[in-house]
Amino acid sequence: MAQENLLYSKDHEWLRVEGGTVVVGVTDYAQHELGDVVYVDLPAVGKELKKGDPAANIESVKAVSDVYAPVSGKITEVNLNLNNTPELVNQEPFAGGWIFKISMTQASELQELMDAKKYEEYLKGIAGE
Amino acid sequence: MRYLPLTDRERKEMKTTIGISDIKELFNCIPSGKCYPSLAEIPSELSEPELIAAFKEMGRKNSFSDHLSFMGAGAYAHFIPEVVSYLSAKGEFLTPYTPYQPEVSQGSLQAIFEYQTMMTMLTGLDVANASLYDGATATAEAVLLAVRKSGRRRVLLAANLHPEYAAVVHAYVQNLPIELHTVAVNEKDGRVDEHDLRAKLDGSTAAFVFQSPNFLGVVEDSRAIAAAAHAREAFAVQVVCEAMSLAYLVPAADCGVDLVVGEAQSFGLPLAFGGPYLGFMTAREEFLRQMPGRLVGQTLDLEGKRGYVLTLSTREQHIKREKATSNICSNEAWCAMRAGMYLAAMGKTGLANAARTCHFNAVYFAAAAAALKQIQVVYPKNFYNEVLIEVKKGSAADFHASLKKKGVLAGVPVSWFDPKQKNRLLLAFSEVHDRKAIDRLLAAMGERS
Amino acid sequence: MTALPKLIFELSREGKIGCGLNEADVPAEAVIDASFRRTGISDFPEVSEVEIVRHYMALARLNYSVDAGFYPLGSCTMKYNPKINEKLAAADELQAHPYAPHDLVQGNLEIMARLEEWLVALTGLAGFTLTPAAGAHGEFTGMLIIRKYLQEKGDARKVVLIPDSAHGTNPASAHFAGYEIREIPSNAQGIIGIEELRAHLKPDVAALMMTNPNTLGIFESNISAIAEALHANGSLLYMDGANLNALLGIVRPGDLGVDVMHINLHKTFATPHGGGGPGSGPVGVAAHLLPFLPVPRIKKSKDRYEVVYDDPCSIGRVKNFYGQFLVMVRALAYLLALGRENVRRVAEDAVLNANYLRKRLEGSLDLPYPASSLHEVVFSDKDLPVKTLDIAKRLLDYGIHPFTIYFPLIVHGAMMIEPTETESKETLDEFVSVMGTILREARENPELLRQAPVQTPVRRLDETLAARKPVLKWSRGESI
Repeated sequence: MAQENLLYSKDHEWLRVEGGTVVVGVTDYAQHELGDVVYVDLPAVGKELKKGDPAANIESVKAVSDVYAPVSGKITEVNLNLNNTPELVNQEPFAGGWIFKISMTQASELQELMDAKKYEEYLKGIAGE
Repeated sequence: MRYLPLTDRERKEMKTTIGISDIKELFNCIPSGKCYPSLAEIPSELSEPELIAAFKEMGRKNSFSDHLSFMGAGAYAHFIPEVVSYLSAKGEFLTPYTPYQPEVSQGSLQAIFEYQTMMTMLTGLDVANASLYDGATATAEAVLLAVRKSGRRRVLLAANLHPEYAAVVHAYVQNLPIELHTVAVNEKDGRVDEHDLRAKLDGSTAAFVFQSPNFLGVVEDSRAIAAAAHAREAFAVQVVCEAMSLAYLVPAADCGVDLVVGEAQSFGLPLAFGGPYLGFMTAREEFLRQMPGRLVGQTLDLEGKRGYVLTLSTREQHIKREKATSNICSNEAWCAMRAGMYLAAMGKTGLANAARTCHFNAVYFAAAAAALKQIQVVYPKNFYNEVLIEVKKGSAADFHASLKKKGVLAGVPVSWFDPKQKNRLLLAFSEVHDRKAIDRLLAAMGERS
Repeated sequence: MTALPKLIFELSREGKIGCGLNEADVPAEAVIDASFRRTGISDFPEVSEVEIVRHYMALARLNYSVDAGFYPLGSCTMKYNPKINEKLAAADELQAHPYAPHDLVQGNLEIMARLEEWLVALTGLAGFTLTPAAGAHGEFTGMLIIRKYLQEKGDARKVVLIPDSAHGTNPASAHFAGYEIREIPSNAQGIIGIEELRAHLKPDVAALMMTNPNTLGIFESNISAIAEALHANGSLLYMDGANLNALLGIVRPGDLGVDVMHINLHKTFATPHGGGGPGSGPVGVAAHLLPFLPVPRIKKSKDRYEVVYDDPCSIGRVKNFYGQFLVMVRALAYLLALGRENVRRVAEDAVLNANYLRKRLEGSLDLPYPASSLHEVVFSDKDLPVKTLDIAKRLLDYGIHPFTIYFPLIVHGAMMIEPTETESKETLDEFVSVMGTILREARENPELLRQAPVQTPVRRLDETLAARKPVLKWSRGESI
């Protein structure tokens, strides 16, 4: 289920906008698809990324998926708790399982993202395929 | 044919079931003009006795084993306890595939887990992988690992690294954005020239790769090397060709070395004309997620029982494909299991005993050789079990050939690798030699006019 | 259920000895400073010889193997490993030092030269290197050869095309040879379509890596046209020979336009898999690529075998010494035993066995690609009440090793079955009967399969725990 007040990407990332900074994680749908998360490869703080660049890596036992930068900017903080408890991505995808914070350089990029309602519809579309 | 169990009658029944009358119908998908090439030039089948005879015949053309050998340079003769050959030959270890179904592979998995543990005990490092092809390719993989981990592209190789290892590293990286540079040897002591090392280490250097004991037989000052590398935030990568030295010398981790890779053929694998051998890689914990090759880890089954699985496989090619840490798939699992059996059989005291005997034999030779006028020991100190000598008159290759006529293989002429080194020979000693054997070598050397 | 064996470290007791070595008979003199010598190896095992034997025999009993039973692991060619080959490979007279002067090892050089001749005869290629250590190492070597060849022509290219059904080693090997990977989708028949190829065949394409028969067990029937299109574009055709078993004596890759290929001696030529190696991955090339093969190369001059260490165009050295020599010994022994009378029969029986299983199972399992099968057949778990994994695990309870699962990636819940030619009809019938029982259980009591296996030494293992909290070695006082 999607949460209100967040923005969503087609790659199943959620974004919480906090002023000029965006908190990024993966959605409940994404964690479910991944299965038990065993490791999260976090980006270096200070790394500059363009929208769509691979930012982090989430590994389950037999799969790896990239987490892309949903907006362009610089990584300001990463969730170090995931180093020892990667399962937070499964248990609290919208809270304790957040992955990184990025300071936006182009707020206009947010316009291309979905709100909760649109994301729910997007998920229905996937299920229908 | 004895390996083909189907009878003609069964073949016929099966064809009927499938709905074909001629076996050739199963190959209709292949362009017909190209099918069924002539096999006339292929020899006729051999019965089992004929097969044995054919190999006896070829074996008779070898005469290496009639010689007293002191050859080393990356492949070493050591005594192998019979239990190692007996146990490793069991079909249960020899004929399974990679343990992808852990419920029916606990034997291989536990054996490799034990091997990994023993390799970390020997090097003092945190983790060991389940094997790589050989020492040379393990060195190349270490270079790739250091580059990946550091994000830097410059790698320094010691000039006294085994020349074939250096050649393999060059072949591996030939199309990759990696720069290789060579660090000179201090001719006075046979060790890495630390002045040249410090001059070549810079802020873009990923690692310094050095061999110890090195290709001149000399044990390097790993502490000084690691400190120099770390001063420029580069990794210190130690290559070990003679794994037996690990049981005699201070653990690499205690010297600050970050990665130890190399050849573990000395642990229970016969000379085998060069293979199969056993590449190993041990590393500090921080390298774990970037390591190449398989790793066996401990876990629990759903009843809470301890068990073992292949783990952290997201690093590998079957999941990450071109983004994998290596392309390696089949490795040297059986060799690793066999090395584990060897290390268990030798045990704490046996391994230390063999490792020490290798050194004492080399020292005995070097001391006695000092009295010979035909040769000179190049580095009379700080060698482990290999001694570099210089022939005073004529070429080392001729000297070697003349001793061969007396049934003695006096090591390896260095000119085989570096034509400029005309008068040097590298000799290896181990616990397979005794005083009598070494005296015979010395006598053969001394006799030469 | 019996307890699992302890670890060798847990059996260790201070003072026990497992080997019978004597002390050195020369003076105990060292020339290395004490600060460079270690004092001991903490926690290293101290176990008696009989305990070592029982420890490893206990471990051996926990392993399934080809010697134990049917092992239809697709794309792995788990054929029987002849026992005489082990004895031949262990012969004392073959265990020479790899730097032994060539006049002392003419027999060993002859073994390698004769194996190369066999490989040339079976593949129609011009020459082989035997040095690569395994299939993936062969792929990498082959890619280096292609790259060097194109560079010498002044036409270095950057892309290698790989079909989506390929094994993961293909893209990984090409990547480490410096190539970018472009994936080609398989067509509806499960093979590379000539149109799909043309769409991807740009001037920057160095080569196509094709597995043939491919990982679906289907022959790439466009191969000659594909080779022509590639060659017209200045690109080369690499063939992954993992599945060569299906083609022995039937068709020679060299006759189909293949430029480079590798062979897995541990698959096609009956050398044991060893629980994951040692393998051996010889690489064969067409005549125009011979100068680029890695060193060393064995050459016959008059009645003597010589070794060439330097070759100006060679890609260099990919492994030390000569390669996996004792694996080559076994492969040659296997081929000499087969002889011209039986090499073709190997492929015929392998394909017959696979098609027999296909016929017997296709009524009860979904066959996503109905094109004709060669040495293996791939079913999917479509419309089944359980997953492929559950069927695989249940097979373990019936004492049969599962087929390859979840590969190739283009088939949902793939079950890739390769019986090989060394299985009897009785074994195949027994497998079909067990599959029937399991599929009935799946309908009647799917939970039974989800809980499987129950008869094995351990139950399903927690791979998530293993990956989240890696324990990769034993440590004193730490156990779970």
